[in-house]
Amino acid sequence: MSKRKPYTRPMGPTWWASHPYYRFYMLREGTSVFVALYGLALLCALFALVKGEGAWNAYVAAMSSPLAIVFHLVCLAMASLHAVTWFSLTPKTMDIWIKGKPLPEKLIVGAHYGGFVVASLVIIVAIGGWL
Amino acid sequence: MSFQRSHEPIVWSLFGGGGVVAAFLLPALILVTGLLAPAGLLDGDALSYARVLAFSQHWLGKLCWLTVIALPMWHAMHRVYHGLHDLKVGARGLFFVLCYGFALVVTIATGTLLLAI
Repeated sequence: MSKRKPYTRPMGPTWWASHPYYRFYMLREGTSVFVALYGLALLCALFALVKGEGAWNAYVAAMSSPLAIVFHLVCLAMASLHAVTWFSLTPKTMDIWIKGKPLPEKLIVGAHYGGFVVASLVIIVAIGGWL
Repeated sequence: MSFQRSHEPIVWSLFGGGGVVAAFLLPALILVTGLLAPAGLLDGDALSYARVLAFSQHWLGKLCWLTVIALPMWHAMHRVYHGLHDLKVGARGLFFVLCYGFALVVTIATGTLLLAI
């Protein structure tokens, strides 16, 4: 048994608040709360759809309430921040080498933004009913 | 050091997949369903019961629902679980079960509802 008592630096629950880098890290991780909340909203929509036409129409009507608009505005901001931070990490997670050279980071990030634009347009046009 | 098999590869792949889905699809999905639709900017019956029901009865439609609900939920719960650690909240075992359990329940609920359509 060792009798030494090494000093352990105390670390409180607000350690991240003291530095902008850590604050942004917590904000990035915090986007997940709104990703989860929007997922639950989609689950409610699906539940209303299963219940029937009346429940579905009531759900769609409820989406026009000021509270629902604010909720979706915050979710959109958070989901967009998630997308930006996620894409900026892609050169780290997709370490692609071609002929002994690493693929330029800008190309990897740019390709993701290209895919994002295409996917977004498909979603907007498909759901919007203009097909 | 323990040689017990880690759960990390499984939840990390769900986290990664969910992160990709959330990044590529959620901003546009939120914009259309939560802002453009209430603003009346969509086609008249874009979100009508009949149209959404027909979409959801197709297996491809069901796959879309499951993809946009379940995967981002695994992603979010993974971050919430590790975020609680960052916030120095104790009871790791309990929150492991609560976080990933919640994602599992949402996944099963989504699947069950989709089968009921």
